[in-house]
Amino acid sequence: MAIIRDMIPAFDLFQPTTVDDAVALLDEHRGQAWVIAGGLDSYDWFKDRIKRPGVVVDLGGIEELRGITDAQGGLEIGAMTTLTEVVNHARIRSEYGVLATAAEHVATPQIRNQGTLGGNISQDTRCWYYRSGWPCYRAGGNTCYAAAPKAMNREHAIMGTNRCVAVSPSDTAPALVALDAKMVVRDGGSPRVHDAEDFFIGPAIDITRMTVIKPGDLLTAIHVPAEWANAQFYYEKIRDRGSWDFQLVSVAAAFQVSGGTITDARIAVGGVAPYPVRLDAVERLVSGTSGGESVATDAGELSIKGGRVLRHNDYKIAMMRNLVRRAVRSVA
Amino acid sequence: MADKLIGTDIAPPDLVAKITGRARYAEDFRPDGMVFAKLLLSPMPHCRVRGVDVSRALAMDGVIDILRAEEVPSREGPRESCLTDEPHYEGEPVLAVAAITEEIAAAAIEAIDVDFEPLPFVLDPLDSLRPGGPTAYNGGNYFARLPDAESGDPSVFQDFKWTEADFVEVDAGRRPSEAASTRSWEKGEVDAAFAAADLVLEEVIVHQSVTHHPMEPRTNMAYWENGKLYAHVSTQSAQATKGALAGAIGIDADDVVVIAEYCGGGFGSKIAGSTVMQIPALFSRKINRPVMLRITRYEENYVGRARPGFQAWVKMAFRNDGKCTGVDLFIVEEGGAYGSGDNNTAGNIADLIYTPQNMRFRSVSMYTNTPPKAAQRGPGGAQIVSMLEPVLAKAGRELGIDNLQMRLINAPGSDATMGPRNGRFTSVHAIEALEQGAELFDWAGKMELSGRREGSKVTGIGVGLSPYTAGSIGYDGLMVIRPDGKLYVHQGIGNLGTHSISDTARPAAEILGLNWDQVEIVWGDSSLGQPRSSVQAGSQTTHAHTRANHAAGMDAARKIRAIAAQTMGGSPGDYVLDNGRVFRRGTSGMALAQIAERAIQMGGEYDGHELPGDIHAQTRPAAEMLAGEGLMGVAKDNYGRSGSTYSFVAGFAMVELDHETGVVAIKEFVAVTDCGTVVHPRSLAAQVFGGCIQGMGMAMTQRWVFDPQYGVSFANRLYTARPPGFLDMPEDMKWGAVGIADPQSPVGAKGIGEPPVGAGAAALTTAVADAMGGICLCRTPLTPDIILAELEGRAPAFGRLDQHVG
Repeated sequence: MAIIRDMIPAFDLFQPTTVDDAVALLDEHRGQAWVIAGGLDSYDWFKDRIKRPGVVVDLGGIEELRGITDAQGGLEIGAMTTLTEVVNHARIRSEYGVLATAAEHVATPQIRNQGTLGGNISQDTRCWYYRSGWPCYRAGGNTCYAAAPKAMNREHAIMGTNRCVAVSPSDTAPALVALDAKMVVRDGGSPRVHDAEDFFIGPAIDITRMTVIKPGDLLTAIHVPAEWANAQFYYEKIRDRGSWDFQLVSVAAAFQVSGGTITDARIAVGGVAPYPVRLDAVERLVSGTSGGESVATDAGELSIKGGRVLRHNDYKIAMMRNLVRRAVRSVA
Repeated sequence: MADKLIGTDIAPPDLVAKITGRARYAEDFRPDGMVFAKLLLSPMPHCRVRGVDVSRALAMDGVIDILRAEEVPSREGPRESCLTDEPHYEGEPVLAVAAITEEIAAAAIEAIDVDFEPLPFVLDPLDSLRPGGPTAYNGGNYFARLPDAESGDPSVFQDFKWTEADFVEVDAGRRPSEAASTRSWEKGEVDAAFAAADLVLEEVIVHQSVTHHPMEPRTNMAYWENGKLYAHVSTQSAQATKGALAGAIGIDADDVVVIAEYCGGGFGSKIAGSTVMQIPALFSRKINRPVMLRITRYEENYVGRARPGFQAWVKMAFRNDGKCTGVDLFIVEEGGAYGSGDNNTAGNIADLIYTPQNMRFRSVSMYTNTPPKAAQRGPGGAQIVSMLEPVLAKAGRELGIDNLQMRLINAPGSDATMGPRNGRFTSVHAIEALEQGAELFDWAGKMELSGRREGSKVTGIGVGLSPYTAGSIGYDGLMVIRPDGKLYVHQGIGNLGTHSISDTARPAAEILGLNWDQVEIVWGDSSLGQPRSSVQAGSQTTHAHTRANHAAGMDAARKIRAIAAQTMGGSPGDYVLDNGRVFRRGTSGMALAQIAERAIQMGGEYDGHELPGDIHAQTRPAAEMLAGEGLMGVAKDNYGRSGSTYSFVAGFAMVELDHETGVVAIKEFVAVTDCGTVVHPRSLAAQVFGGCIQGMGMAMTQRWVFDPQYGVSFANRLYTARPPGFLDMPEDMKWGAVGIADPQSPVGAKGIGEPPVGAGAAALTTAVADAMGGICLCRTPLTPDIILAELEGRAPAFGRLDQHVG
C-alpha cells in the first residue's frame, strides 16, 4: 500500500451533549472509537492516515466538561476547558500560577484557544519515528527506531525508558504533578480518581499508551487540591523557538516556604522521560533548607542520577540539572 | 530620480483583496469538470520502480485515470522529470492519480501497489567522497561534461572520490588536498599573503540545509481549451513562467496562458514556476478535464526545494592593523538530487566582503539523495557571511580591534572587485551602511555591554555585512494611456508580495506627470499582454523594471509631446506633463485622455501599430494585441551598465545568551541597507526585516533532519522545521537606508530581496560568538543543545562535520 499524507479519511462522527451519552457511545464502539477534544493531536494523526478510527466521538458539545469551578477548597477544571481559559482564570493565576504559566507556554494563542487541558495531558508522544507510522514498539511492532545507534533522537528521553524512548510532550503535565492534581476518569461505572503522577504512565506499564486512559474511558475533570494553593512556584520551559514548539526540557516546582525554610516541595520535570518525572529525592533533599546555591547545586546533581543518554540527547542531562538548580535557587 | 511618487508609501493595488481573502491563488479556481490529482511519492531516498499494479485504484468509483512517468517528458542525466520511475530522493513524485474528489484520489493512491527496488543512497556529501562510499546515482556522484564528444554523449556520471590521505586530514580537522575539488580559482599571491600574515585563523564550518517552506505550497491547476493550455501556477515570475512551462512540456509558448495573479512566497523555489506544474498540464491533456494538483505542506517539504548545506574549511590571513590579506576557502556542498551552485557565489562573496586581494577558492558539489536544492534568498551569500563574519570578529578580538572597525577596515568600496575575473560594480556604499547602522544601533554604547553577565545571562554584540546581486538590465516596458486618461502599465513580473508589481511602475507615472490614482497595473494573466520581463528572482525586478518602465515612460512622454506640438503648436520640448495633462507654461493644454484619442487617430508608432525594432520577440505579440487602444509607451531598457549591480545590508544584533540553558534571546536588531534610491519605504522595511528574520531563523532555529540509516527526513512539518516565529524576534527592530542613487540607473534603485538574509544571520552568529567570549561554534543552527555542549566543555553528540543533524 502506497503512503499518502495530509488527507483525512472519512469516519463516523458522534457529537454527544452529555457525559453519559459520551460514555455510552465509547462503550458501544469500544475498540473503534477515538475521543476528540480540541483535535490538535488527533487531526495530525488522521491527516497522516496512520490512526484511522471508524468512529470519532467529539466532546466539543458537552457543556458539563467545560469550565472551572471551586471545589473542596481547590479547583475543578473541566477536561474540555481551553488552555486559554486556564491561562486567564483569575484564581489559577493568583493561587496556582505554575499551571497558568505552563499552559501559557503551549504552542501559540490559536492552539491554546482550540486546545483543552484534558487534551493537553492526554496527547500522544511526538517521537517522529512513531508519528511517521513506523512499526515501532509503541505502534505494536518489535523495535524502537529512535534508540538505534545512528537514530535521530535529540528530542528523546534520558530516563524512564523501557524499550520505547519517546517523551511526554505535555507542557501542563509537570505543573499538574507539582500541584498534586487528581484526574477524574469515567467509564461505565463510577468515576475513578488518579493522582497526576500515576495518570501518566511509562512504557514499562503499557508501551502503547501515555496515560491510564484505556478504550472506553473518558477523562472528565482535573481537580487541583487546596494544599498547594499559593505555594511558591517555579516554571521554565526550554524550547528551540519561542512559540509552537514542544519542550526540550521543562521544570515545574511548588515549594511550601515558612520563615525562609522549605517545608515541603513537589518538583516535576518534562521532556526527559515518557512521563513527567517527579523528583521525590530532590524534594526530600531541599525540604528543611532555604534553597540556597549549594542546595540548588546538589539538587541539580541529584536530579540527573540514573539519566542515560542516547546519541544526540546528552545535552538534556545538563539542561535538566540546571533547570532543577534554578527552580530550587528561586526559593532563596 | 525622486519626485512625487518615488520614495513615498503607497498601498499596493492588491492590498484589500489580500487582507479580505478575496485574492485568488492557484488553488482557488474551480472550472467546470475539474478533477483533483494526488501524487504517489517515493518512500525511499533512492530506488527503482520494478512494477506497479494500479488495477485496484482504477476500479474505484470516481477515479478517472493515472499518469505515469513514461507519459511525461523525461530528462537525461541529473535533470528532473515531473514523474519518475527511478526516484533519487524520498518524496519524489512517482505517479499521479486523478479522481473526482481529492479524498478518492488519496484512497486510490493507497490502493496502488508499487514494487520498489531499494538502491544505495547517500545523504552527506562527505560519505559520497569517501573511497568506496555510496553514490547518489547509479553511475556515480559527479556529472561531468567531457571535452571529447566522440561518443556522442559528452555528459557522463563519474565517481569523484577523495583519497584516504584526504580523510586522514579531514578527520583530524584539517582541509583536504588541492585535488579534492572540482572547481577552483585563485587570485593574487595567496601563499605569500599567508606567509606574511600577522595572524592566521583556520576554522571548520558547517552550515545546514534548510527548506524554503513558502506560505503557499506549489499548487497548480491546468486545463486545455482550443489547443491552448491555461495554467494557474503558483510562481514567482509571470511572463517567464510561460516559456518555462511551454519548454518543459514541449509546446509553443504562444499556446500557453499563465494565470498567476498572486503567489504566497517562493524565496527562490518557484522562480519560473515549479517542476510539478507540468503534472496538471500533462494530466489535463491526457484526460481532457481541468486538473487541480494541490500540494500539501508535507509534500512541499519534499518537492519544495531547499538551500544547500555547506561543510567548509576556511583560512584567513590578517595584518596587525586588522586588514584581511588572504582567504583560502574550501566548500563541500550538499547538492541534493539534482545539483546546486551556491558554492560558487559563496566564493565570490567571500572575496567581496573581505577584499583580501589574495584568495584561493576550491569547492566540490556532490549529488546526494536529499530533496532538490534551489536558490534560496541570497543563495551562497547568506551561508558564507553567516559562517565567516564570526571569524572576522575573532580576528579582531585577537588583534585587539573592535569588531565594527574590523568590518569597516575590510568592507568594499565602489572600487571593489570580485572573484577570479575581478568583476566591478555600479555602486557600493557598504561603509555608509555600516556607519549609519552603527549610529542607529549605538555601537559604542552597546559594546560597553559586550560580555556583561547578569545571573546566567551574558550579552553579546554582533555585526554582519551581506551583499548580493541586485539587478539585471535590458528588459522591455509596455504601457498604454487609454482614452479614459489612465495609464495602464502591463507588468510581466510576478506578484509574490514584494509590491514590485506596482512599485516598478512608478517611474513611468512620474515621467508622465500622473497621480497614482491615474495608474492601473495590469498583471497576472498572460493573455492580457505582458512585455518580456526578468524573472522575479535574484533581486532583479526593482532594478530591471524601474528601468524598463522608465524607458517605456520616456517613450510615451516623447509621443505625447509630439502629439501636443502637432495639435497645439510649438515644439515638443516646450511641453510639460503634470497632473494628467500636457501643456505649455501658462496654457491649459490637453488632457492625456484627449492625447490618447488623438494617438489612436494618428496610428503608427503613437498607438502601437508601429513598434520599435529592438523590443524582444516576446514583447511584440503583447504590443501588437494592444495596438490601437491608446497611446502606447513601449521600449527596451537600453540604458546600459558597466559592472554588476549589488546591494548591501549591514545587520547589528544584541543578544543575551543564557549559559545555563544555551538559549539565545535577541534583544535588539538594526539593519541598514545600501540599495540605491528608495522607491517604497514601507515595502523596503518589510523586505529588510523579512529577509533578516529569515536569516535569523537560519542561524538559530531552522533545520532539516534525516535518519542516516533509512535516508528519510523528519522535520517535514512547519512545527518541526521551525522557521522563526514572532516571539523569536526582538521587540526593538530598526532599519535604515543609505539612499544614495545608483549612478548607472535612471531611477537609481537597486534590488533588496536577497542581502538581508545574510545580514540577519551573520549579526546573530557573530553576537552569539561574542556572548561566548569569542568562541565561534562555526555551525548552524545555533540551537540550545549545541551551545550548551560547548559551554559545558562536552564533545558534541555528532561528528564535527555531520550534516542534517538539526
